[in-house]
Amino acid sequence: MRTNIYIYIAVMAIVTYLIRMLPLTLIRKKITNKFIRDFLYYVPYATLAAMTFPAILYSTSNVWAATAGFLAALVLAYRGKSLLTVAGSACVVVFILELILH
Amino acid sequence: MNFKEWKLGLKHGIPICLGYFAVSFAFGIQAGSIGLTVFQTFLMSITNVTSAGQFSALGVIAAGSSYFEMACTQLLINMRYLLMSCALSQKVDTRFAFAHRFGMAYGVTDEIFGSSICHPGPLNPFYTYGLMSSAIPGWGIGTLLGIICGNILPENIISALGIAIYGMFVAIIIPTAKVDRRVMTVIIAAMSFSFIFKIVPFLAKVSSGFQIIIITVVIASAAALLFPRTEEEEDAY
Repeated sequence: MRTNIYIYIAVMAIVTYLIRMLPLTLIRKKITNKFIRDFLYYVPYATLAAMTFPAILYSTSNVWAATAGFLAALVLAYRGKSLLTVAGSACVVVFILELILH
Repeated sequence: MNFKEWKLGLKHGIPICLGYFAVSFAFGIQAGSIGLTVFQTFLMSITNVTSAGQFSALGVIAAGSSYFEMACTQLLINMRYLLMSCALSQKVDTRFAFAHRFGMAYGVTDEIFGSSICHPGPLNPFYTYGLMSSAIPGWGIGTLLGIICGNILPENIISALGIAIYGMFVAIIIPTAKVDRRVMTVIIAAMSFSFIFKIVPFLAKVSSGFQIIIITVVIASAAALLFPRTEEEEDAY
């Protein structure tokens, strides 16, 4: 089959936008169901946590360096440091440890 | 007021911008390696703004698979945005015009959503626009530089930048976990489940997008049943 890159890109963009747009626009009122409200409250934490671990361990070229970066991020985030400090420090820890470990 | 919220979002979006830069840079390199042009790659990034979706799309394109297969792949991998969009629908300040929701929908990514939903009080759309204004250019410019000059950055720097996006996830979820033990429990449970999916052979075959959806639905449902919030807590959120 001869394929066109631009059609691929259009298909991707449309599908992804619809997924993002439909709930936001179709659910106009406050949901009154207590279970669903609590469910939605916990959604971001469950999603982001599941996306982070164990994927973070394989996000750099060395598992041990990534583990150290992860721990650094946990400690700094717990101490209430900003997004930039937490993410930046994790990168620096990985960079330094990979220099040493190689 | 709106301008102030926009500026605040812009500022909070800077780490997202840097994290995106690193990830999209890697994306640009990979897109170039399968033969996409600079314009095509940039167009894909600014119309999609989704890391996992775009990386998997390269596989679909390289294999010359059907458009239908492309649609299904994106649907599966990005289905989590459906849940995020539901959560966001409850958070948006209803005093703002309905049309804002179409604009905000474009910015439903893991990070922009995460920062928007954890912003205290009803959500002013301009805060989300601010986040988008700094994050999305990072995604676009990172992609461009990745495909144009991917070879100039040393490998160890690209490797270290790979952890940036996850560092951001940690920074988004941990502060709430610190003050709300139930959220801490949810995070530990979700990470444990995710780890089990990784090591149990037949579960590891489930696509990563689906894994996230299954884990989210199971854990968030269990948490809603086990740890319902009181009225005051809901109002504070």
